[in-house]
Amino acid sequence: MSRALPLPRWADVALMPLVNLAIALVAAGLVVALIGQSPREVMVMLIQGAFGSARGLSYTLYYATSFIFTGLAVSVAFHGGLFNIGAEGQATLGGLGTGLVALWLSQRLPAPVLLPLMLLGGALFGMVWAAVPAYLQAYRGSHVVITTIMFNFLASALLGYLLVNTLRAPGGMSVESVPFGPAAHLPGMHEMLAGLGIEWPSSPLNISLFLALLAAAGVYLLLWHSRAGYRMRAVGASEGAAAYAGIHPKRQVILAMGLSGALAGMVGMNEIAGVNGKLLLDFVGGAGFTGIAVAVMGRNHPVGIVLASLLFGALFQGGAEVSMEVQGFSRDMVVMLQGFIVLFSGAMAYVISPWVARAIHAATRRAAPAAKIAEPAGGTHG
Amino acid sequence: MDEALIGAMIASTLRVATPLILGALAGLLAERSGVIDIGLEGKMLFAGFAAAAGGAVFGSVAIALLLGMAAAVALSLLHGYACVSHRGDQVVSGMAIDLIAAGLTVVLGIAWFHQGGQTPPVSDAVRLHPLWPGAAAALSGVPVIGAVLGDGLLSHNIMVYAALALVAAVWWLLYRTRFGLRLRAVGENPHMVDAAGVSVLKLRYAALTLNGMLCGLAGSYLVLAQSSSFAPNMTAGRGFMALAAMIFGNWRPVPALWACLLFGFLDAAAIRLQGVVVPGIGEVPVQAVQALPYLLTVILLAGFVGRSVAPVALGQPYVKER
Repeated sequence: MSRALPLPRWADVALMPLVNLAIALVAAGLVVALIGQSPREVMVMLIQGAFGSARGLSYTLYYATSFIFTGLAVSVAFHGGLFNIGAEGQATLGGLGTGLVALWLSQRLPAPVLLPLMLLGGALFGMVWAAVPAYLQAYRGSHVVITTIMFNFLASALLGYLLVNTLRAPGGMSVESVPFGPAAHLPGMHEMLAGLGIEWPSSPLNISLFLALLAAAGVYLLLWHSRAGYRMRAVGASEGAAAYAGIHPKRQVILAMGLSGALAGMVGMNEIAGVNGKLLLDFVGGAGFTGIAVAVMGRNHPVGIVLASLLFGALFQGGAEVSMEVQGFSRDMVVMLQGFIVLFSGAMAYVISPWVARAIHAATRRAAPAAKIAEPAGGTHG
Repeated sequence: MDEALIGAMIASTLRVATPLILGALAGLLAERSGVIDIGLEGKMLFAGFAAAAGGAVFGSVAIALLLGMAAAVALSLLHGYACVSHRGDQVVSGMAIDLIAAGLTVVLGIAWFHQGGQTPPVSDAVRLHPLWPGAAAALSGVPVIGAVLGDGLLSHNIMVYAALALVAAVWWLLYRTRFGLRLRAVGENPHMVDAAGVSVLKLRYAALTLNGMLCGLAGSYLVLAQSSSFAPNMTAGRGFMALAAMIFGNWRPVPALWACLLFGFLDAAAIRLQGVVVPGIGEVPVQAVQALPYLLTVILLAGFVGRSVAPVALGQPYVKER
């Protein structure tokens, strides 16, 4: 076995995600062909559906907003050395927090005071829901992957219980709360643009997109330009070394998960405050799990996460359009593609990157035969 | 308590517990060999789809079961390829399997059967029927025993008993055979197993193959014994509950069986308690009863009652030293 060739940094950062995406798309294309449809036609229709109109683009960005929150959540935990599978549950609780504040205060407070409080409520609920598994991991040794899975189920049971038994609108047929007052409504993008004199079609896209982008910038600054972020990453990279340097690993575990949960909790601003205007079941709709795919695809970097969220937003929106146009095409194709992306860019990262590295080395050697490329120590080819 | 109610509770506990038992045994084999398996849910789902599609098209129980097992084994081997052969992250791979199965089953279902992701119901001949259909009637005159034995214990199809027998079989395999000893060792200290000249790779692949077969049975059971056709996301978290039961059972077959029976009982009770008003408490919160398995698992993991001890090498890819 030859030692793995190093992958140049540009390739690792920019090329690998594209290669992985391409492989996942080919795999999905094979499935599309298997069920007797044209992959090329579907792809064209999907891109048109996602970006071809102002309305389609708005839906794409609306989906992307939730994915930015959950993708950031997963990646912050990852930098702290933790795999947070619980973004789904944390987002559920976040929506609950946002909704409870709105139900309680939407008749009494004006929007400029209420909306920040709703954001705070959502972030706080998400944070607490993530802090419990974090505490159990840090101080009781229970594995955060398993406890966050369990907390996803507990979150959906809790929301179901509250909606059925206490929050349900009196006399209402469906399991949902009464609508919030108008003060709790986060302005839609079309409303905001209309205020600026720009005409934009009505869609669920709302100004929480800006909040998501702010959160991405904040996460970047925190992780790479602050001491707190450095400590968090130090623990994630090597707990022992961090402890030796005087960092308290247990505290960092709680901090990383707490921040992660708070970010996931902000999904409520998009779905509950921005779109639904009331509490209901299953408003997260898998965004927490998509966040895992987003973080894996975006290499756990805020810029990558924003781009990956855009990609997944486009897939969800475009997939919905295609399923309306093409008989027998299901939106679930996107869920499957998501699985392929997680598989190829996450689980099989060590399978694919050596191929790419070999290909790049072969190409560069052919391009510059005179400049002998240093062989890695002990490395043999073939 | 009413005799008939006791019989019915025993019966529904066993019915609900069966896929959990099969899933928990599957997870147990993988995890005792050192491979984390959060893909149980996806494998069960995919197996359910394959069994339903096979059963509906070919009209044969054997083909349905074989296809169900083959589908789950294929996903298990994919997991092995990514994580055992190429030291990929086991949690990420499991997650990928869950997502792929959730999407692909619906995609194929819609394309092949045009029923919104459902498969056509399998014929009555393909479905599994109680082994002793006359038992309840024959024993109906006998007090207590009639209800417990006739309605509760003897009213099931062959897979329920097979699941119970498999608990014993897995126990025997793990604790009484050379293969089992090696399998447990590879989950605790793969370096030692390697040093002894036994292939870590082969052992883990063997464990994953058995894991796939058991997941296949669990998924097939949902179709062949319970609902007769596949519906999108029909596992509805059972794979994760099986995982919870395995952890609750401390990665051991017999305690895992008890955990599955407990979870099955809670589920059966939750359905029966719907809308029942208990004096002093008020209406029973059904969601709370249904959430109890997860809550109990968290409490156990937190070490507040008992202690859970995972295999030492769980989740660590093995790299052979040179």
